[in-house]
Amino acid sequence: MHIPAVLFYALAALALVTALGAVGTRHPVHAVLYLAACLVASAGLWLLLEAEFLALVLVLVYVGAVVVLFLFVVMMLDVDAAALRRGFVRHLPLAVLGAALVAWPLLRGVGPWRLDAALWPAPPARGDAYSDTLALAQALFGEHLLAFELAGVLLLVAIVAAIALARHRRRDVKRQDPAAQAAVRPAERLRLLRDLGGERRR
Amino acid sequence: MTPVGLGHYLALAALLFGIGVFGLIANRRNLIVVLISIELMLLAVNTNFVAFARFLDDPGGAVFVFFNLTVAAAESAVGLAILVVVFRRRGAIDAERLDRLEG
Repeated sequence: MHIPAVLFYALAALALVTALGAVGTRHPVHAVLYLAACLVASAGLWLLLEAEFLALVLVLVYVGAVVVLFLFVVMMLDVDAAALRRGFVRHLPLAVLGAALVAWPLLRGVGPWRLDAALWPAPPARGDAYSDTLALAQALFGEHLLAFELAGVLLLVAIVAAIALARHRRRDVKRQDPAAQAAVRPAERLRLLRDLGGERRR
Repeated sequence: MTPVGLGHYLALAALLFGIGVFGLIANRRNLIVVLISIELMLLAVNTNFVAFARFLDDPGGAVFVFFNLTVAAAESAVGLAILVVVFRRRGAIDAERLDRLEG
């Protein structure tokens, strides 16, 4: 019994089943939780491929941040799940056809019957001294430094865009405007109705 | 049981991508599931990249996955923000009713 092969088939089956659940379930919260399970199973597969850093990033960033963001939004919005499902059965044949048109040629072209382990053997496993994180960091901060910086700028733009889009300006709630408060001048606030004689205090 | 080769991973990624396409077409009305399907398709692509990085012994694939994750995170953040705005203005997230550019 080959342990990595058993792990691969178990994780692959889990990933496929949870992916089907994510796109097929009735309730949006369940769909998001299925997506989280699918991502965890995929992170396990990436561990089998010796991409340890990326597998952990997938769990931390995706399951920890993106899926939680999805959950926040799904629970914040009071969506009518039944109404959104109405077209599902009508679109089902087209969806199956589209998925088959995409997946079938890919499976025929690069499936295990084409590229099996005998034809394209895996490189020998890297020893304990090898650090996947170090190799990635050397590639990232050496050859691809400009792209790395651009990715940081992209994330900043995305943050600003998301906050600007989602910020809620309610008109029925009174609130302070710090900019207007700071810009106010005494002359606009104080108005003398009657001159009190020459002793005006400055 | 035969040892797992590159083809196994590529086949798995092809199936995941197919499931993503399926979800995209079948759940056209539900913007949340559309975003989830896009995440699934990106995950399939990233799995391909990781598999090639391993079997070709080239860290370039891993670097590409890194940037893909960055872009995908930005995409889902902005996508969900748009979804919140759509829900606030329309009271629903039905994509088929979003057929006019004017608010």
